[in-house]
Amino acid sequence: MATRLRFENSCEIGVFTKLTNAYCLVANEGSESFYSIFESELADVIPVVRTTIGGTRIVGRLCIGNKKGLLLPHTTTDQELEHLRNSLPDTVVVQRINEKLSALGNCMACNDHVALTHTDLDKETEEMIADVLGVEVFRQTIAGNTLVGSYCAFSNKGGLVHPHTSVEDLDELSTLLQVPLVAGTVNRGSEVIAGGLTVNDWTAFCGSDTTATELSVIENVFKLREARPEAIANEMKKSLIDTYV
Amino acid sequence: MFRVQQTAGSVLCCTCGIPMAPNAANMCATCLRSQVDITAGFQRHLTIIHCPECDRSLQPPRTWLKTPLESKELLTFCLKRLNNPNQIRLIHAEFIWTEPHSKRIKVKLKVQKEVLNGVVLEQAYIVEYILQNQMCDSCSRVQANPVQWVAVVQLRQQVAHRRTFFYLEQLILKHDAAMRAIRIKQTNRGIDFFFANRSHASNFVVFVEIFVPIRKRYGKQLVSHDTKSNNYNYKYTFSVEICPICREDLVCPPPNLALGRLLICTKISTGIEFLDLLTLRHRVLEAKEYWRTPFTSLLSSKQLVEFVVLDLNNLDKVNVSGSKYYMADVQVARVSDFGKNDTIFFVRTHLGQILKPGDYALGYDLRAANMNDMELDKYRGEIPEVILVKKSYEERRKKQRGKQRSWKLKTLNMEVDGDETMNDEYEEFCRDLEENPELRFNISLYRNEEYQPSNDDDPPSVPLEELLADVKLNDEDDEMMG
Repeated sequence: MATRLRFENSCEIGVFTKLTNAYCLVANEGSESFYSIFESELADVIPVVRTTIGGTRIVGRLCIGNKKGLLLPHTTTDQELEHLRNSLPDTVVVQRINEKLSALGNCMACNDHVALTHTDLDKETEEMIADVLGVEVFRQTIAGNTLVGSYCAFSNKGGLVHPHTSVEDLDELSTLLQVPLVAGTVNRGSEVIAGGLTVNDWTAFCGSDTTATELSVIENVFKLREARPEAIANEMKKSLIDTYV
Repeated sequence: MFRVQQTAGSVLCCTCGIPMAPNAANMCATCLRSQVDITAGFQRHLTIIHCPECDRSLQPPRTWLKTPLESKELLTFCLKRLNNPNQIRLIHAEFIWTEPHSKRIKVKLKVQKEVLNGVVLEQAYIVEYILQNQMCDSCSRVQANPVQWVAVVQLRQQVAHRRTFFYLEQLILKHDAAMRAIRIKQTNRGIDFFFANRSHASNFVVFVEIFVPIRKRYGKQLVSHDTKSNNYNYKYTFSVEICPICREDLVCPPPNLALGRLLICTKISTGIEFLDLLTLRHRVLEAKEYWRTPFTSLLSSKQLVEFVVLDLNNLDKVNVSGSKYYMADVQVARVSDFGKNDTIFFVRTHLGQILKPGDYALGYDLRAANMNDMELDKYRGEIPEVILVKKSYEERRKKQRGKQRSWKLKTLNMEVDGDETMNDEYEEFCRDLEENPELRFNISLYRNEEYQPSNDDDPPSVPLEELLADVKLNDEDDEMMG
């Protein structure tokens, strides 16, 4: 189920949060409304951690992670590193890496099995990603843009990419990622997908400017409808026996 | 480098959900149009002031432009009246049909503008123009007083005949110089041309100056004065005097001009060309020089007398300067004396090549003429008795009397002042044209359909190739004039 919200009057949700299957990082803000929405949705399932990275609030764009690990840029302070290590479960490996392209969230996108990265990434960083996150790494561009982390968002169920992606590119990416992909927009025609949307396997959050059409596209491609009780009941109905003949 | 074929995919429009090709705004055209109206600041209704008499429209503050319905000029005019805010680009403009009497003009415009993040939107919209009737200044002036003139050119020549004016009339017709004259009036000794504009009159004077030597003066008279705007309305008068010396006139110029003693005028244009009888040379006197010391002619063509050539004796065997004049000694007698008495004159003439014994010639009889000229008095002893001027075709013309010519001339429509009949003079003028091809050079002659050619020995006439066929509506123009 996708939720529409705002961070301090901005619709670019994906900039201020990082959502994975095992945890959620949220930025600090004046009022508590943003955090409280996440808390209400996720608190009983996964830990929701309030943090900054390198003193900034743009946590979503600076770090990259999945259920196995979390990678932080070299600008992260030691206190933040400690705070994160303490707040996240032990299964999650928190690692700070030295990478020239320090906005890791813009340069890479990943789910629990595959990662797409910027074409100019260091070799060591690639090995680190493969190590810490336990994923297969592919260097790719999306619609001619090297910032793959900004222009696509994908989970284990599906993915949404930049609207100008050609059909051949879409096929290629889909085969690499092994998930269905769709080209679309978010926040009323914005092409920066990951800036307006943050998603994991059962839930998604997007900016409040997102139109109903975009929302339905998101829900379809990330298979969010199936998490609802009606869907589960429909699935189960096929295996339930009504009358015993 | 190998490039993979890229086919554009399709995304859903973010507002309405229909599939479309992705664009910069990622909205379908309909949604974009409903969101943004690029024609927001535009005028939809405008007024044009239009004169119904002459079909012209006013471009403020004072210019009136010709704008017929559904024409290019009207479209340009309408577009100019639209003021264009925000630098919006105009792609296409066309008229939409409206009833001609509805006083409304509708123009459909297509404009393009960049909206949102780089999407260029094209939109068509209609502007309606309301035509308001108002008479333009020139039409209202014409309405108030149709014969009101502002400038007049008064052509005058102090001679007893009207040959010059016939010739000028033909020139004016050929060059359409009097096209803008409101009225043309014929007076004794001249013609008046009335114009609505001082510059038209001035142009006309310049035109006349090319063909005859003139002296001009101009004056103006105050008609009205607007004290508030300091506009003064005048009537302008150009007094043009044409030099009184004509072709075939005998002159004795004052000695300070150093032209000679007795001269015959051969050609009039911006200067006067004379033929010196003693030396057979041509001399030209410029108009300005003439008017500094103006002199009149001794004898003019009205005083030509007819002579019969009895005997001819050519003096010059060789023609030196290529002219058509040869000196000869002739014996002539006046036609009025011929047969009655034995008065014979022995004279020297320049028409040696043209005359033969038995021909008729026209010339001046100086012995019998009564001339009152101070210059001539000094030469009293040395002037010849008879000066022959040209060959006469009178005998042949007698046969032709009453018959029509093969050509005719057009005329200006003039108001004639008084009861003058000038048929004789007109006949003389036509004869002049027939005998002198160089006079015909600037004139248009038209073929006379009612002419039947006769087989007799004709006097010199205009060859057929030189005649322009009268222009009819369905025929093509048949100009063969060299």
